[in-house]
Amino acid sequence: MPEPSSAQDPAESVGNAGAGGTMDFAAEQAGSLTAPPPGEHLVPEGGTTTGKPRSLWSDAWHDLRRNPVFVVSALVIVFLVLISIWPKLIASGNPLACDINKSQDGPAPGHPFGFDLQGCDVYTRTVYGARASVTVGVCATAGAAILGSVLGGLAGFFGGWWDAVLSRISDVFFGIPIVLGGLVFLSVVTNTTVWPVIGFIVLLGWPQIARIARGAVMTAKQHDYVQAARALGAGNTRILLRHIAPNAVAPVIVVATIALGTYIALEATLSFLGVGLKPPTVSWGIDISTASTEIRDAPHMLLWPAGALSVTVLAFIMLGDAVRDALDPKLR
Amino acid sequence: MDTLTESPLVPRTDTLLDVRDLHVEFRTRDGIAKAVNGVSYAVARGETLAVLGESGSGKSVTVQAVMGILDSPPGFVTRGEILFRGENLLTMPADQRRKVRGAKMAMIFQDALSALNPVLTVGYQLGEMFVVHRGMSRRDARAMAVELMDRVRIPAARQRVGDYPHQFSGGMRQRIMIAMAMALEPDLIIADEPTTALDVTVQAQVMDLLAELRQEMGMGLILITHDLGVVADVADRIAVMYAGRIVETAPVHDIYRAPAHPYTKGLLESIPRLDRKGKELYAIRGLPPSLTDVPPGCAFNPRCPMARERCRTEVPPLYRVTAERGSACHYWEECVGDD
Amino acid sequence: MGRYVIRRLLQMVPVFIGSTLLIFVMVYALGDPVAALFGDRAPDPATAAQIRKDLYLDHPLWQQYVHYMAQIFQGNFGTAFDGQPVLTLMSTAWPLTIRLTIVAVVVEAVIGVVLGLFSGLRRGRTVDSGVLVLTLVVVSVPTFVSGYVLQYLFGVEWNLVNPSVSPAAPFSELLLPGIVLALVSLAYVTRLTRTSVVENHRADYVRTAIAKGLPRHRVVLRHLLRNSLIPVVTFIGTDIGALMGGAIVTERIFNIHGVGYQLYQGILRQNSPTVVGFVTILVIVFLIANLLVDLLYAVLDPRIRYA
Repeated sequence: MPEPSSAQDPAESVGNAGAGGTMDFAAEQAGSLTAPPPGEHLVPEGGTTTGKPRSLWSDAWHDLRRNPVFVVSALVIVFLVLISIWPKLIASGNPLACDINKSQDGPAPGHPFGFDLQGCDVYTRTVYGARASVTVGVCATAGAAILGSVLGGLAGFFGGWWDAVLSRISDVFFGIPIVLGGLVFLSVVTNTTVWPVIGFIVLLGWPQIARIARGAVMTAKQHDYVQAARALGAGNTRILLRHIAPNAVAPVIVVATIALGTYIALEATLSFLGVGLKPPTVSWGIDISTASTEIRDAPHMLLWPAGALSVTVLAFIMLGDAVRDALDPKLR
Repeated sequence: MDTLTESPLVPRTDTLLDVRDLHVEFRTRDGIAKAVNGVSYAVARGETLAVLGESGSGKSVTVQAVMGILDSPPGFVTRGEILFRGENLLTMPADQRRKVRGAKMAMIFQDALSALNPVLTVGYQLGEMFVVHRGMSRRDARAMAVELMDRVRIPAARQRVGDYPHQFSGGMRQRIMIAMAMALEPDLIIADEPTTALDVTVQAQVMDLLAELRQEMGMGLILITHDLGVVADVADRIAVMYAGRIVETAPVHDIYRAPAHPYTKGLLESIPRLDRKGKELYAIRGLPPSLTDVPPGCAFNPRCPMARERCRTEVPPLYRVTAERGSACHYWEECVGDD
Repeated sequence: MGRYVIRRLLQMVPVFIGSTLLIFVMVYALGDPVAALFGDRAPDPATAAQIRKDLYLDHPLWQQYVHYMAQIFQGNFGTAFDGQPVLTLMSTAWPLTIRLTIVAVVVEAVIGVVLGLFSGLRRGRTVDSGVLVLTLVVVSVPTFVSGYVLQYLFGVEWNLVNPSVSPAAPFSELLLPGIVLALVSLAYVTRLTRTSVVENHRADYVRTAIAKGLPRHRVVLRHLLRNSLIPVVTFIGTDIGALMGGAIVTERIFNIHGVGYQLYQGILRQNSPTVVGFVTILVIVFLIANLLVDLLYAVLDPRIRYA
């Protein structure tokens, strides 16, 4: 008898949904995406393909380059990464040099976005805010993806008690709303660097990736070519690395890309609640939090960091969405 | 030479369905696939027409166009007429055409498990026909459903009317499909490989049931199949399709006696026969063409053992072989005379 | 069926213990409740020791946890450090949050399903692409941004609603906060419905329904939508628990003194009994919602039967 928690079941993977952060969104991607075996698509009905068959990846790349959503979001991301490494490229000011006399002033020459409560230049702070967001997003995603795919992949491959234990552990993490967990965990941390925030996101983020990796590995394991490799005497390591990993990696990449966007939103949410990044670190979340009390008098203070944050998250989610569409021929 | 492309093969007064010069194409990302390229066939009341062909030959697409269940987009009827009881279905208002479906012409699908809605009871799905087309109450419709299930010999119909499709065996499910198609006693039934998905032992039972009910109600039947054995038993006439065209059409016995097209001949020779045991089985060489890239001339020419220069340039029309027989081969006379 | 429920209940036990223990450890081991009680003043060692003894804090952590859980299952959630029984806080906070959740669930279900069906039926057209991009945008704007922006627009700029919810919090005042809370899930329901509709639209049984000559609305509603809603309904069911726990930001923006607000205050003031008490109930709600969804699945999809 089938259990209701099949791959179709979205209910399984939404434990930390809606918690101000947007952790749940990537879970959707998992259901529809399991790596198809190479070259299994694009054969017209009743016909033979002419020309040389393209692999899943080169085929996906072929599609992506023509997809405006992908091109635009990729350009935005490249731009964000550049300014988070060298903010001076486009902002000459100092985000911490403020003049309290200019508090909440509107745009002025050289200060196109106006000034915030402390009289700091909103434009400069918006540009410098990218660094914290991108750092947290990239590091947390890398950490969660590595930890999650190794643990989830092994659980999917070996099954048994290791799988059962891992499933229960990820259930525990899914049972805790993520913003709530962040509040509890980070409210007692006094370190003001980005590392506690990254550590926390990795801690609560890996089970999601692990579930995807586990499912993808279990699907790949069933494929005939894996059975064939096993019949030919290939060992576990070889099967896992040569045959399964290349096919299981696509869904993980898609989910991780989307998760990157949601992690950035999560960092901002935690900073907004006062437990994430703390001054003097420049963060969009902190600036939005400060601006929120003055929204009636100076909406521009909220507009710019909020816009920058939303565009950043959107760019990563759209990138992941485009990659998912390209890798999943079923949904064309 | 006399050809048949435009006119029906045998002028008849009791013609039920008359498909004329039908063209269907699929517009996909990878180009336009011409699935049906000028198909004409007719079915009379009470007649059984078998349509034969490999997958991708356009045999299913043709009947989908007749039924009006073509996936559109990407599928489009680009030319032709479908006359049903004298009326052109393609120009009929959508709502009027809908009322023909199910009531006047019905379809039996290949895989009953996926063709029946998994979350509704079979009683509901059968009764729906009466609720929608006859305006019956739910209760009366359910009683009709039980009657129908009895009629297709499902044991304990009264108890099983509330069961779901997955609770039935493959053969029983296909009987329910048949019951659904027969529900409103339509004039025409289209059966798209109705036994392919079944166990061999059940195939004959289901086929017999279908033939029996057809006879009882005097319906016309289009039977799509690639099983030549079934065809010989139940069909009156055969149409063989290849790459979206009819390549041969004839009364069933003529075709078995002397095929007038090399493709038909190849099909017949590829059936294992007891009297030729020990000899190598014939196989048509090559693969069917891609529909996005049909070869010029006769579509079968790259695989044809008797192909010549003319076959590579000139599309053969459907030549009249006898009064009720046609072949789309430039050299059909050689083919018939071969045996 | 009965055996399935029992097995699921047993599976829930370790998850319940794990989740509550995790929070318990975070609250009691990482912070110092007694120090928090005294604020910036250094506590008198004797008094501090007495408080520790009263609060059962002088025992090893695992004993504290067992003691605490034993108390909870006797209905004793303890007293917040300000002297209010946690149960009193709950009796005012939960009704608010439940009402807010109801609004959010109705909003996400109704709007999400309608939009998803609409765009799924027009797959690949402009409407569909528009809805898809819109859902991505909605997901990308964090709740605390959309909350303030909508509050500003509706409450201040256009003066349509009261920007802050009154203590009684009738449904009419909870409409805007409910929408804000539901936004991300709404986008999710829309996409899930759309995907499901697109997949089922190509299903053979939909083709059968058309071949039966059913009117389009019947094909769409009785056959297509009925089947497409299975994953959507299960998602919404699970989302109920998540929405309750996720209302922290929304409740803060609109000044609703519900569960999220109490939790936020409790955490900032290191009010440990409040935090652990509320979280324990949340975890239970979440687990039960999940179980109910699993059982609902069988009702919606007769192919699934529990051994």
